[in-house]
Amino acid sequence: MRATGRRWSEDVVKGVLALFALVSVATTVAIVVALLLPAVDFFSQVSLREFFTTTDWAPLFSPARFGVLPLVAGTLLITVVACLVAIPFGLGAAIYLSEYARPRTRRILKPALEVLAGIPTVVYGYFALTFVTPQLQALGVPVGIFNALAAALVMGIMIIPTIASLSEDAMTAVPQALRDGAYGLGSNKLQVSLRIVVPAAVSGIIASFVLGISRAVGETMIVLLAAGGMPNLTFNPLEQVQTMTAFIAAVGAGDAPHGTVAYNTIFAVGLTLFVMTFAMNLVSIRLVRKYREIYE
Amino acid sequence: MSDMESSVAEKMPTVSVGETVARRDASGDRPRQTVFDVRDLTVRYGGNPALAGVSLEIHENAVTAFIGPSGCGKSTFIRCFNRMNDLIPSATVEGEVLYRGEDLYGKDVDPVNVRQLIGMVFQKPNPFPKSIYDNVAFGPRVLGWKQELDERVEQSLRQAALWDEVKDRLRDSALSLSGGQQQRLCIARALAVEPEVILMDEPASALDPISTTRIEDLMHELKRDYTIVIVTHNMQQAARVADMTAFFSVDVSSGGRTGILVEYDETQKIFTKPSDQRTEDYVTGRFG
Amino acid sequence: MSTLATSTALRQPRKRSRVLGWAFLAYLLLSLAVGFTTLGALLVDVLQRGLPFLDRILIFEVPSVDPNIAGARPAILGTIYLMGIVFALSVPLGVGTALYLEEYANRDRWYNRLLEVNIQNLAAVPSIIYGILGLAFIVRGPIGLGFVLLSGGLILTLLVLPVVIIAAREAIRAVPSSIREGGLALGATQWQVIWRSVLPAALPGMATGTILALSRAIGETAPLLLIGGLTYVAFNPTLLGPFTALPIQIYNWTAQPQEQFRLLAAGAIILLLALLLTMNALAIWLRNRYQKRW
Repeated sequence: MRATGRRWSEDVVKGVLALFALVSVATTVAIVVALLLPAVDFFSQVSLREFFTTTDWAPLFSPARFGVLPLVAGTLLITVVACLVAIPFGLGAAIYLSEYARPRTRRILKPALEVLAGIPTVVYGYFALTFVTPQLQALGVPVGIFNALAAALVMGIMIIPTIASLSEDAMTAVPQALRDGAYGLGSNKLQVSLRIVVPAAVSGIIASFVLGISRAVGETMIVLLAAGGMPNLTFNPLEQVQTMTAFIAAVGAGDAPHGTVAYNTIFAVGLTLFVMTFAMNLVSIRLVRKYREIYE
Repeated sequence: MSDMESSVAEKMPTVSVGETVARRDASGDRPRQTVFDVRDLTVRYGGNPALAGVSLEIHENAVTAFIGPSGCGKSTFIRCFNRMNDLIPSATVEGEVLYRGEDLYGKDVDPVNVRQLIGMVFQKPNPFPKSIYDNVAFGPRVLGWKQELDERVEQSLRQAALWDEVKDRLRDSALSLSGGQQQRLCIARALAVEPEVILMDEPASALDPISTTRIEDLMHELKRDYTIVIVTHNMQQAARVADMTAFFSVDVSSGGRTGILVEYDETQKIFTKPSDQRTEDYVTGRFG
Repeated sequence: MSTLATSTALRQPRKRSRVLGWAFLAYLLLSLAVGFTTLGALLVDVLQRGLPFLDRILIFEVPSVDPNIAGARPAILGTIYLMGIVFALSVPLGVGTALYLEEYANRDRWYNRLLEVNIQNLAAVPSIIYGILGLAFIVRGPIGLGFVLLSGGLILTLLVLPVVIIAAREAIRAVPSSIREGGLALGATQWQVIWRSVLPAALPGMATGTILALSRAIGETAPLLLIGGLTYVAFNPTLLGPFTALPIQIYNWTAQPQEQFRLLAAGAIILLLALLLTMNALAIWLRNRYQKRW
């Protein structure tokens, strides 16, 4: 029998595929470098203290001011209001799907909910600007054309499927034996859902909240179209605000000359945004792994 | 007790083939209050009957055991007593289950109330992922019995013969207990809502022999104050603990597997002088 | 217990908990209703405003400052071309990476686990960050293609790559190992088994996942804004020339003050949603038709 060495062609295949896999690594590295290098350049000209602690953001004016807090406040305001919508209704939808709905109903409702998540965000932005804001005005709410409320409400609804889907997965993973035990003691469905299932699924549920918040923070088009383009340090959702993402889009799509401090604000703000969402995503992934460990 | 055990051990053959009619009220004993009166009960899961035409009466302050080969519907049957089958969408129940004269499946009967009066312990211990205290306190809290919770918890744990082992670590997680302790915790949990009946679906089958003995001793204790119904696949256990025993078997004549009640009598009779050949075959180990 | 007491005990409604039970169910149903009502309102509004404008002009003409003759032809073509680029690039890269992770990589090695975590993280990075990546590296920087269609395609590829990888991995994982073992036992090499047995078996699942990922790419606007998608394009886009895409056009028209441009935007939205609906229906059809039960 002929002695065969290792087929080198197999090694080639493995090597090629590994190279493909490296593309994703390269992407992450590239993102970090793309953000860091100009950001470092930026912070050599603008102090960290000014960036993170002053409250006037006017990079394209002269004299230019670089306090990022209005943008962060805008992002936070929208995120908080959006979560006030998404979390209660997302959790409610999840509880219904997991504990109340019949299997046939669930098979229809779950994908239907995913449709909400599949609508492009620019369409949601259009809806917020051209439908929600006029409706709010018609209801007597004192909002202008651009306001945080309309954008945040629509964004909250967009995020409901994210929270519902992950929470429902976590709740379905809770063993039926626990529910049986509670029913056997004379609990009704509400008590079983809230006192047994939700606490048992809590790490998956929190993971879904964190993921929802992360999506809200990173969303661009809805706020770009409906929330406004002027930085405004406020906690009043009736006013207009500019978020970090909207700012990046506005300047990035505009004419700021390459290499200037004004241009580099894109990267400084981008870096701030990236760090925030990255941290949240890590937490969420950790939590999901934790609940998967317990029950699977 | 030892008479019965030695009878079973000798596998003394009995004679009569007899009718396959379930017998009620054993002769010669003082009359006992009937707690459950089951009349012609049939349970179907989406069409096929898992259990058909069962009729019997359960007596107060007695331990009644359901025995039989696997698949004969014993678990389905016991779950009818506290309407746990309601939780299965495809299950339908025909016939009557009367609890002290009231139809459990009556129009305005709330299954939640049923389950408070008729408690259940499951085959595999299923403590909640909470502290020992919170497990026992869960039922009372849910029912709104917030006063004297500490006393209730202690009393339930004492009744379940678990108090001494856990009294210093009530706040520890219930999951840190051994299997046998967890099952006694589940019993304490069930006792805490002050039921009148305790149903046990193979309560010791997942436990080691020592824990099993403790659970069986508990059944003796508890039957003074409660009515106990157990399902067991262990004949010796039935012989040891039960006052009345019902033997179920599987009927394949109509194509599917349907559980039927073959014989129901005092335990001593079932194991020494069964009326039905099938019962005799089962208890002497010829099948099942 | 007397019969009367039993009867009462069995029937007695726990008043407070009854009311609470119904209120809770109402809240749960409301949770579902909120989402679906909004979806309904959105669709009705878009259809109502946009349908009258869904005509030859919209599809075949170029944008203009005069809303009466403005069309979205460059945007439609741009979206189609982008779809093609993304498909052509993300499938080999995504499937290849998935194959590496599922069939070749040793799970215990730290770098492979890091690879997995990395992909999960990338899937959750905000899309505008991808735009920044494109701006820094693809438009300018080392690759330096400029604000062209190809840049947009590359960046969208990177954006959906994690999703494609995850979907492909699931499809590959669903193929039972008996298929692999059978092939290997016959003396085939690992790659031969993959190419001839595993991939064909995983194909329907991967196709579904890829189409869903593509439909995500089509709806993305933010990264393209930074890659130059907002330029005024009144001609058919080419691979290395300025470009635009349907979502960008929608954004552009929506942001105009004149009401008529908003109506045009609604028309374009209908086009976009129709495209997405077709793709998703195709994905679902594929999945149902070819899903094997092992």
